[in-house]
Amino acid sequence: MNQSLKQIAKEIRLLTLQSLCAAGSGHTGASLGLADIFTFLYFRQMKHRPQEPDWPVRDRLILSIGHVAPVLYATLAKAGYFSLEELSTLRKLGTRLQGHPGREHGLPGIELSAGSLGQGLSVAVGMAMAAKHQKLAYQIYAITGDGELQEGSIWEAAMSAAHYQLDNLTVVVDRNGLQIDGTTESVMKLEPLSQKWESFGWNVIQCDGHDFSEIENSFKIASAEKTKPSVIIARTIMGKGVSEIENQHQWHGKAPETTELERFINQL
Amino acid sequence: MQAWSNQGNLASKIGFGNALLKVGLHNPKLIGLGSDITKSVGMDQFAEAFPARFFSLGIAEQNAIGVSAGMALSGLIPVFATYGVFASMRTLDQIRISLCYNKLHAIIGGAHAGISVGPDGATHQALEDIASLRALPNLTILSPCDSNQTELLTSLAIENEHGPVYIRFGREPMPNFTAMDDHLEIGKAQIIRQGSDIAIFATGHLVWQSIQAATILEKDFGIKARIINIHTIKPIDKQSIIESAIQCGCILTAEEHQITSGLGSAIAEVVVKEHPVPMDFVGMPNVFGESGTAAELMQKYGMNSDTIVNKALLLIQRKS
Ligand SMILES: [Mg+2]
Repeated sequence: MNQSLKQIAKEIRLLTLQSLCAAGSGHTGASLGLADIFTFLYFRQMKHRPQEPDWPVRDRLILSIGHVAPVLYATLAKAGYFSLEELSTLRKLGTRLQGHPGREHGLPGIELSAGSLGQGLSVAVGMAMAAKHQKLAYQIYAITGDGELQEGSIWEAAMSAAHYQLDNLTVVVDRNGLQIDGTTESVMKLEPLSQKWESFGWNVIQCDGHDFSEIENSFKIASAEKTKPSVIIARTIMGKGVSEIENQHQWHGKAPETTELERFINQL
Repeated sequence: MQAWSNQGNLASKIGFGNALLKVGLHNPKLIGLGSDITKSVGMDQFAEAFPARFFSLGIAEQNAIGVSAGMALSGLIPVFATYGVFASMRTLDQIRISLCYNKLHAIIGGAHAGISVGPDGATHQALEDIASLRALPNLTILSPCDSNQTELLTSLAIENEHGPVYIRFGREPMPNFTAMDDHLEIGKAQIIRQGSDIAIFATGHLVWQSIQAATILEKDFGIKARIINIHTIKPIDKQSIIESAIQCGCILTAEEHQITSGLGSAIAEVVVKEHPVPMDFVGMPNVFGESGTAAELMQKYGMNSDTIVNKALLLIQRKS
């Protein structure tokens, strides 16, 4: 992989915008906001084989916020799991690229059908427990939203991960501070968020979710932890890369119009 | 036809526990997940015999279903059991998406099913679990009639199924009357008694009550009732229903569950489409239960042999 992470992320944002525009609906804001995290995970951090998606000892990524599927699909296509052309089928009848990931539709690289908020972390905990039980060394990564942390089941999962000392589990929280009705702090206050995770027994790391050296350092700290699960609270900007939609929660669940696409792409 | 006799009262959860222990001995993939009531749901023997394969998850049922999904995705076979009310309804969305949509092989034990759990009262009487779960694609729902059958079906569910399975069973010692060598197949109804005047489709503890009712119907009224044990609520054995509708001309259903959207509804869905005949339903009349002994409650809410006899007599009069 000769391209720099920045270049890859830019291309993933481009592919994400194009597929969302072709779909005519979907979640643009958080998909763009997570492009750097996805780039780092799939192009640096995770051990995986795009040509052998079911490689038994691959690292696993559990996407709990299924609505950012477009950035997952763009990343998987860019990594070689399937063709870039298929991205234009997003959300269309008969597609393997369901609005929220659906395994039964057969897209390579999808670990879990998910999208009902609050469930993915429990599944990641079960995978991490299973890996330890079977003495397998692969890592489990999970991505949650920040609004999603308002779901009680997240904290049931958090409690169990610490109880079983799941140091093979790293969760990335997409801390963009926004959810559909507005800011997370106005809809339902999450702060002090680090202390919440710490008090649940987690190794807590904070970083700028768009700075690759900070992201890299965060995953290093997580890997070095040997007694606890780790959470990386990644500060991100919803809509990152397209300046006119950045930080606007109206762009949570909207796709670019054909008339906007070129303008948005030029801003990348 | 086989004569069914009570080999001694036994709680169905004993059969559930026996199956976990037996399968656990030769299947290292079997994992137990507990929710603070391990002994109460019959998992304690497994937990003691295989401590490395038993994980306590606390009183957090939604997480337990997600953990089951993660383990199933990792090649293990998780069994999670708690009271049926929580196993089915606290966790409904987790079962729907994390287990059913993902088509994962995991077993959910719904203990303390029915009103026979008794004195604990309405909060702990699982009477809506079948109704809540029956619409979920990919889910198999089992409702064995006694301890022996709970043991057989739990083993079959673990070893032969490929998707998620919910199995409901009781706490109260009840007649244990089926044989351990019965040939059972998930999805295939079990004919308990032949007859052609009326077909009684029963599930769970009401299979035994139906056998008692059939004896009275024959002795006192000369009525020959066919009894079919529906141990698999989903997928339902359509053929057995169609055959009985044609051959018996009327169908009574009996379950320790709300009449609304339970076994009776599942059967009615087949009957109205394939061969309409008069039907009636024995079950909970869409009210909450209360405290009392199992026998008192089953009498008060009409889920015993007396009610089955009375409803059968009225139903037969409606045959054309
Ligand atoms: Mg957010």
